[in-house]
Amino acid sequence: MGAWLHDSLTWSDAVIIFLWGAVFLFVVLGFVTYAIYFERKVIGWMQLRIGPNRVGPLGLLQTVADIFKLLIKEDTIPRKADRLLFVLAPILCYVPAFTVLAVIPYTEKLYFADLNVGLLYYAALSGISTLAIVLGGWASNNKYALLGGMRSAAQMISYEVPLVISVVGVILLSGSLNLGDIVDAQAGGWFWDWNFLPQIIGFVVFIIAAVSELNRTPFDLPEAESELVAGYHVEYSGFRFAFFMLSEYVYVYAIAALTTVLFLGGWHAPAPFLDFVPGLIWFLLKFAFIVFFLFWIRATFPRIRVDQLMGLGWKVLLPVSLLNVFLTAGYLELFVK
Amino acid sequence: MIRTEELLLNVGPQHPSTHGVFRIVVKLDGEVITEATPVMGYLHRGTEKLAEQLNYTQIIPYTDRMDYVSAMTNNYVLVHAVETMMDLEIPERAEFMRLIVMELQRIASHLVWWGTYLLDIGAMSPFLYAFRDREIIINLFNELCGARLTYNYMRVGGVKWDAPPGWLDKVRDFIPYMEGKLREYDKLVSGNEIFLARIKGIGRYDAATAIDYGLSGANLRCTGVDWDLRKAEPYSLYSRFEFDVPLGQNGDCYDRYVIRLEEIKQSLRILKQALEQMPSGGETMGKVPRVIRPPAGEVYVRIESPRGEIGCHIVSKGKAEPYRLKFRRPSFVNLQILPKLLVGETMTNLITILGGVDIVVGEVDC
Repeated sequence: MGAWLHDSLTWSDAVIIFLWGAVFLFVVLGFVTYAIYFERKVIGWMQLRIGPNRVGPLGLLQTVADIFKLLIKEDTIPRKADRLLFVLAPILCYVPAFTVLAVIPYTEKLYFADLNVGLLYYAALSGISTLAIVLGGWASNNKYALLGGMRSAAQMISYEVPLVISVVGVILLSGSLNLGDIVDAQAGGWFWDWNFLPQIIGFVVFIIAAVSELNRTPFDLPEAESELVAGYHVEYSGFRFAFFMLSEYVYVYAIAALTTVLFLGGWHAPAPFLDFVPGLIWFLLKFAFIVFFLFWIRATFPRIRVDQLMGLGWKVLLPVSLLNVFLTAGYLELFVK
Repeated sequence: MIRTEELLLNVGPQHPSTHGVFRIVVKLDGEVITEATPVMGYLHRGTEKLAEQLNYTQIIPYTDRMDYVSAMTNNYVLVHAVETMMDLEIPERAEFMRLIVMELQRIASHLVWWGTYLLDIGAMSPFLYAFRDREIIINLFNELCGARLTYNYMRVGGVKWDAPPGWLDKVRDFIPYMEGKLREYDKLVSGNEIFLARIKGIGRYDAATAIDYGLSGANLRCTGVDWDLRKAEPYSLYSRFEFDVPLGQNGDCYDRYVIRLEEIKQSLRILKQALEQMPSGGETMGKVPRVIRPPAGEVYVRIESPRGEIGCHIVSKGKAEPYRLKFRRPSFVNLQILPKLLVGETMTNLITILGGVDIVVGEVDC
């Protein structure tokens, strides 16, 4: 994959790259389908339930059936809604969710874009989805949706900042914004060379801010079903609704992949003697663990209150992540230089 | 200057956290409530009026449907009122059976509250754990009287069925099981920082306010007022047992939470003693005339239901049907403080406070 990207663009290369993109889209959709199945199973077991087990063997086709149901549902748009924005919002939510995935490197060879500001690209684009949520909440012309949308905006401002600052330490350590270079900087054979131990403060802040970024429990305020019914997507049905859910799960994919790359050493094996296992396997294992961790949190925690969420973001996470930047910079200046 | 306006938001009757069909209309300034008006009556069935056409045994199933989470205590308050009027002698075994099912019911009711409250606050798993444990009680009741929710178990003068063989042993086994599960609940939820931050200091009022609004049950005891009818005006056999009445100090949602969990423990204590003292045999129905005709006059009795003080006022003209029947429903009375509590709170706290009051809409609307 990397080889093509560095060649000059010819028609045949363009077709191949386009096809790869299409293949990747199906990989992501497959992930979303089975991540939902996995989530329902895992949470089901944690809650003494069985989870889906009727459609297909072991319930493996449950999500397929759900998506099909959403596809054939009537597509309703409230009469008083702002039609253009209402239709635009789900698309605007999904497109950045998919495009941020371009910069994730899976192995040395397998990546879709070798961008030297990869991390910045990720942070910048993922913010657009929140805009879509605000837009969707506003355009629905529903009070619950509006409240959900506004909460989402407040949440984004409080959490995007610590999220980005928490990875500054990683950037300082590896000296690059390129995600591939960040993984390379964590090479060294053992798992303690990965960033999550030297950057433990940044790692914790990143995980908390990432869960908030994903709008998942305990930070699922924009769609808090016990308060706001369904929040910003209360008026959406059918496939537009599916697009909001889809982008939520694509972001789970994105955050899990990004955490793996930034803090868990990407495709590197945890010990030198395990190097014979292909890098992609290691990447997938770490990735799957993060995904499981996100689902696990959902089964455990109650929801935080909206003002407490802002307080946590501004008063705790931001100073802590700034302290982390300071400590990392000090360490580099005093001991490494 | 940007023009701002208040948002009039209708919460319910179809809303996931209003516990049925309760409705509340709130005025919001941002997310802060400036005015709250509860609207009730979506589940009104006219129980009190219907009762005027029915004889006393026929009214019992109607009481099941009032507070459907705690049907046994509702059964009891009605039969207790009639028995007080007629001055009936209740066989000891029957009275023990009543007490055991009422305490089991209190545990089941608090478990429902615990689960749904956590669900309101956004944690889903505790709800399923609570219902797993409540299921055991429900199955015990099912074995006893053939129903899982609306038991129709008590009769004027006693109870309909004696305990089937082995039933009391199952209740005995349930006690240590539930004590273990309570420790699990504490580990999972009671120390959770997010949960504590959500409920500590929320929905606060003092003892004088609570008494002014006629609150009862955990909603009153959370302010430190020691008022539990099982102790204050012992009915049934409660004077024979040793148990504590858990009290709070701050009158907030956290105190209500702690009290309700502690009450489960105390109910288990009562159950343990009741099973020990229970007579091994005997009648379950006292001597009751074929047609129940309480003498002309009035009676008001009150007992401690899981939600507070439930009362029954009967006016009899000496006929088989009551002239007038009135229930004092704790959910309805406890709800009156809601508009006062909600002003100045956020939408999120609305759910926390409403859940903390512990209402059952069947009882609010009756």
